[in-house]
Amino acid sequence: MAQLEIRNVTRRFGDFVAVDNVSLNIEAGEFFTLLGPSGCGKTTLLRMIAGFDVPDSGQILLDGKDLADTPPEKRPIHTVFQSYALFPHLTVARNITFSLKMARCAHSEISARLQQSLDQMRLAGQADKYPNELSGGQKQRVALARALINRPRLLLLDESLAALDAKLREEVQVELINLQRDVGITFVFVTHAQTEALALSHRIAVMNLGRLEQVDEPSKLYGFPRNRFVADFIGHINQLDARVLESAHSHLHLSVAGAGDIIAPPLISAAPGQNGTFSIRPEQVRIGVHNELVELKNHFSGMVQSVLYQGDVSVYRVKFADGVTIEALLPNSAPGRAQLFEVGDMVKVGWRHDAGIFFDD
Amino acid sequence: MTKAHNPDSTAGLGKYLVSGPPFLFLLLMFAAPAVITVIASFSYPGEFGGLAPLITSDPNTLHGVTLETYQFFFSDFIYIEIFIKSILMASCTTLICLSLAYPLALLIARSPSRRRDILVLLVILPFASNFLIRIYAWMIVLGPQSALSLLINGMLKLFGLAPVHLLFSSFAVLIALVYVHLPFMVLPLYTNLEKHDPNLLDAAQDLGANAWQRFWRVTFPLSLPGVFAGTALVFIPALGMFAIPEILGGTGDMLIGNLIKEQYLVTRDWPFGATLSIMLTIAVLLIAWLTAKLGARRGSYV
Ligand SMILES: Nc1ncnc2c1ncn2[C@@H]1O[C@H](COP(=O)(O)OP(=O)(O)O)[C@@H](O)[C@H]1O
Ligand SMILES: [Mg+2]
Repeated sequence: MAQLEIRNVTRRFGDFVAVDNVSLNIEAGEFFTLLGPSGCGKTTLLRMIAGFDVPDSGQILLDGKDLADTPPEKRPIHTVFQSYALFPHLTVARNITFSLKMARCAHSEISARLQQSLDQMRLAGQADKYPNELSGGQKQRVALARALINRPRLLLLDESLAALDAKLREEVQVELINLQRDVGITFVFVTHAQTEALALSHRIAVMNLGRLEQVDEPSKLYGFPRNRFVADFIGHINQLDARVLESAHSHLHLSVAGAGDIIAPPLISAAPGQNGTFSIRPEQVRIGVHNELVELKNHFSGMVQSVLYQGDVSVYRVKFADGVTIEALLPNSAPGRAQLFEVGDMVKVGWRHDAGIFFDD
Repeated sequence: MTKAHNPDSTAGLGKYLVSGPPFLFLLLMFAAPAVITVIASFSYPGEFGGLAPLITSDPNTLHGVTLETYQFFFSDFIYIEIFIKSILMASCTTLICLSLAYPLALLIARSPSRRRDILVLLVILPFASNFLIRIYAWMIVLGPQSALSLLINGMLKLFGLAPVHLLFSSFAVLIALVYVHLPFMVLPLYTNLEKHDPNLLDAAQDLGANAWQRFWRVTFPLSLPGVFAGTALVFIPALGMFAIPEILGGTGDMLIGNLIKEQYLVTRDWPFGATLSIMLTIAVLLIAWLTAKLGARRGSYV
């Protein structure tokens, strides 16, 4: 039995469907992420789990028990708010121990747990400060400490890293992974940042327009997106208009507009004559001089249109003779790489026959 | 080389230009009268009101400085009694205002923003009519033939109790004091409560606080600056109020305000009026200082 079961949950605001028939199972101890563009209903779903909002239909079960009649203050679920929502009139210590006070814990237990929490979250020495005296990272840790101190069954985090600057965010991501592993509490993390979701999660649910598009492990989501939306939302991808020429058990034979004929991985549902999109990740596209690429089934000639040097990698935009433009990503320090291409260079571009995905429209 | 333009100097000049007129106004209208009052309290009264001169060429007339009025103030307990009674009355007014205004301010602050403006307008609407007219209106409302009096006395009669007189009583004074000062409590409270981050209440509830705990642990402590502001705005004017006791109070309902007014306009003992005024100011400052000390501990996060 999954720890949290969301069954056919729908939430409408007037005519607008914010969450549309969502079903999800989240396992105990999982780091689960809800990922989707802004406005897709992530916060609404999270608020229903916490109890601040009520589904119009469907059920939410925790450990097999329907939560419908449990108010937020009785749910063993805590939230880390995007703005942290620390109590400005209480010290760090009193913020952190708030839930223990509400549960009328013994004084000795409160101070013992506080000490443990301060040590774990590297907040020792900050106990008597007020929230407005803390840095962004410290506030974030206080919010986490406050939500975790009485060991909820579930921790909800709504865009909890969004307020941190890029450098700090990376650090906190690592800390968050370690923390989740150490405390063993189920995390449901909400974000619109796909790199964050990929880095942190055991599993990710991609949401769009209130619906779930795909629920999978990060590598599956990246490598085998189920549809164009997921492919486009997670990472970068080349999208080329294509038509099926031949659909075999072992491969697809496609005609790509502005490029030519290619061999692609098979898709059971594809039938000859069908139109769709051939999608391929930039890092699967290789660039070189003619000789190194001839063994690839799919290869074309083109001219480098632009180079985006990013330090570790460079992104090349190559225009094919027949008109289409494709992005290729190459590490700058690949062993044996003798040559960096420049704008105007004539190059060969190719990819393996088992790279890329065909999506029927 | 030309001297670099210093933006600070013009900003400094601008500061003086802008703050000059209010500074002069306060100096003239507040500081000067205060000094005059202090001097008056140490003077002898003039023969027909006013003050006896401090220096004179005629040694037979009363002149110079004296502590007589202060001795007089402390010689008869009745003055201190009136002070205590006035402070009690102002305290009751403040407490009643606070307990009426808090729920109202909370209700307004949590209304949808369009309705909020209308409700705030309703709170300040009484200011549109003259203060004295509103007090005289209470004379009618509380008068012996008013519907309210008839209703109350009818009920008392049913239970076999003697009828009461609502008008010209401490009760009437208290009601009018509360009525007049209520908006001064509602507005600062509303201004404070409206700024509260609703996420804080969600966070408190999320961490296990029920409605009662959410109020006492989050809303109320965060509203203390508003409570203190409202308390000051109600308590201080209520303490010095003389029109209300004069119009609605009975003979025994004299408050400090009335006493001071009487010294100046009836008894024509200006030095004693000045002494009473100074004692009142000292009392208010003392109370304000105590409140500030109390508030400083709680309010340090603001
Ligand atoms: N209380 C509400 N009333 C009306 N519309 C709402 C309300 N809450 C959210 N919405 C709408 O529902 C949609 C989803 O919102 P939200 O769950 O906050 O998205 P996300 O967190 O994914 O950015 C948005 O279009 C938002 O405008
Ligand atoms: Mg959101």
